[in-house]
Amino acid sequence: MRWINRRRAEVLDRVQPVAQKIRRRLRPPLLTVCGSVLMAAILLVAAVPEKHLSVYSTAANYSLLLTQRDRRDYVGLLEVLEPLGKVTAKSDGQRWRLRYNNKIEGEFFAGRTRVRVQGRDAELPARFILENGRGLVPLSSLASLLPRFLGGPVTVHEDSGRLFIGSVATHFTASLAADNPPKLVFHFTTAVNPTVSTEPGSLRMTFSREPLVAPALPTLTFGSKVIPSATYSENNGGAVITVTSPVPLIASFSSDGRTVTISPTSLSSQTVVTPPGPSGPTPSTTPGNGAGSSGSRRYFAVVDASHGGDDRGETLSTTLFEKDVTVALARSLRQELESRGITVLALRDSDVNLSLDQRAFLVNNNHAAVYISLHATAIGHGVRVYTALLPWGGDDRGPFHSWETSQHAYLPLSQSAATDIANEFQKRQIPVRSLTAPLRPLNNVTTAALAIEVAPQGTDLSQLTAPDYQQLVTSAVATAIAADRDKLGAPQ
Amino acid sequence: MIPRQLVITVAVLLVAVLGMSVYAWRMRGRAAAIPGASVDTRPLEPAFSGPTERATLYVAFDADGSLRARSAQIPLPTGRQQQAEELMSALLSIYLEKTSPHPLAPGADVRSVYLVDPGVAVIDLNSAFADGHRSGVLVEELTVTSLIHTISANIPGVLKVKILVNGKERETLAGHADLTGLYDVTAVNQLSTELQPVQ
Repeated sequence: MRWINRRRAEVLDRVQPVAQKIRRRLRPPLLTVCGSVLMAAILLVAAVPEKHLSVYSTAANYSLLLTQRDRRDYVGLLEVLEPLGKVTAKSDGQRWRLRYNNKIEGEFFAGRTRVRVQGRDAELPARFILENGRGLVPLSSLASLLPRFLGGPVTVHEDSGRLFIGSVATHFTASLAADNPPKLVFHFTTAVNPTVSTEPGSLRMTFSREPLVAPALPTLTFGSKVIPSATYSENNGGAVITVTSPVPLIASFSSDGRTVTISPTSLSSQTVVTPPGPSGPTPSTTPGNGAGSSGSRRYFAVVDASHGGDDRGETLSTTLFEKDVTVALARSLRQELESRGITVLALRDSDVNLSLDQRAFLVNNNHAAVYISLHATAIGHGVRVYTALLPWGGDDRGPFHSWETSQHAYLPLSQSAATDIANEFQKRQIPVRSLTAPLRPLNNVTTAALAIEVAPQGTDLSQLTAPDYQQLVTSAVATAIAADRDKLGAPQ
Repeated sequence: MIPRQLVITVAVLLVAVLGMSVYAWRMRGRAAAIPGASVDTRPLEPAFSGPTERATLYVAFDADGSLRARSAQIPLPTGRQQQAEELMSALLSIYLEKTSPHPLAPGADVRSVYLVDPGVAVIDLNSAFADGHRSGVLVEELTVTSLIHTISANIPGVLKVKILVNGKERETLAGHADLTGLYDVTAVNQLSTELQPVQ
């Protein structure tokens, strides 16, 4: 026994140093491998962000986590409806019942695509999943499923995980202010509070809580070397506006969060130059360095939302006035023109008083190539394009033109542009009529001058406020103006 | 001592007087509540009687935004000014009908028409005409063209027309049609051609 112990001790004495040597050699690689695995796991988790669904409604804006099942995005139906009303759910074996506002009842079966809401069958694009009493439906099913519970329309942006319940949307316009260096001014229809981040070559505003919707075109170009463009995109429950620039940019907020101004960082030390004009409201502007400018012309087009302030224009309904529709049309037209590289001076972008003489003065003083006055009406169908019906007079004395008939020399150009715009409307099958009209300030303007009166295509007055109809009209006008650029921009 | 029959008679008469007073008071309230009755100034019968002549009225139609010629028999007054007023009266009677193709506000009227040499006609509308007029470029343009073209087509020598409201100059008819300048009849005649119904 004693021999055995001695023998073991001898062996251990010989083996231990070798084992220690091996252990010493293996320790660093082992630690490296373990560390690498750990790091890889951390990076993998960080690289795959959780997917979210942002829900926008008049009752509340909220965000929910999406769940991946069967390579599809799923969402808990109870969680979607809970902030919107009183919801109760009960599971009974494979059956899951949901009751909304004590009125509407839905019945779902685990593993099946057929569901029953208020006694009517509906088909899901993928199977219903029941997990621990939680009912999961495919994200793509919300567009058809939710209206059955809520009784109103919903819009689902499936790729970006955004759900709009009812008519909630924040629109925006972007225009380059005529300063040196230029500033990019975003106007939003409601107050916004985006997360702003900068990186070399761009400034990014991320809107996770606001129901921001895309402009007519996802990329807006401004014809400026300092701020050449801005793009709109959506992903993972948010909207992002990215402003590109070769110089560092900063964002500042004003008008209670409705206006965001993007400017080069060096701007703060410079004097801001305001555009010339008569006393009164300052028009919303974009600079004249773009492709649309001709010679010393700062703005190629002047867009005028008629009426405003005390002058409500036509009362279209008990809650809708012409002055409100014309502002929306003007914003849309400005965007359409700018997207075609045409520089724009918008005379009115808010509810302010602006006299007819002030409007004419601003147009003439800026030497724009074309003036477009926008009107809206509930009477008739389609669109009317007007040029000036000149009054009696026209006693021009040498270089001094009669104010009442200032348009006289430009009338052929105005009529030519009106014909081209009417043709563009006809191409798009919008009913159109070209007329002359005793409508100021058309007769006081010393450039091509047009008025466009927009009526609904049918009897539905709500079409006047529908962004798609407004865009249909304004894109036709912008296309015609862009095609006439050389003709309108030629020296008169 | 007053006889009992007399007391009863007086009491009955007093009750009758009080009752009639209450009834009359309530009837007066009801009459005042009937809308429009007090502002409808349309004449019940033509203001002029006697021989008539054929005239062409240019009537606006909202349905298709057109101006159409319509023949009418109007009284034959002695002067051009009275003739112009008769034309306006005939035109307005169409617009104030229940089935009007281009409705005007209740109480709308042309106060008077003045013919001023050389070749200027002044149409003076009342406040109800302009204040109650519907707003819109085309709808206002139809009214103005209808008035001016009806006068210029029937009364020779009119070259310019001025429209006043209640004897004063006004910026627009109802937010759109310009009333500050003198209308050139040649330009308005051209516009009325543009407003002819599409065949």
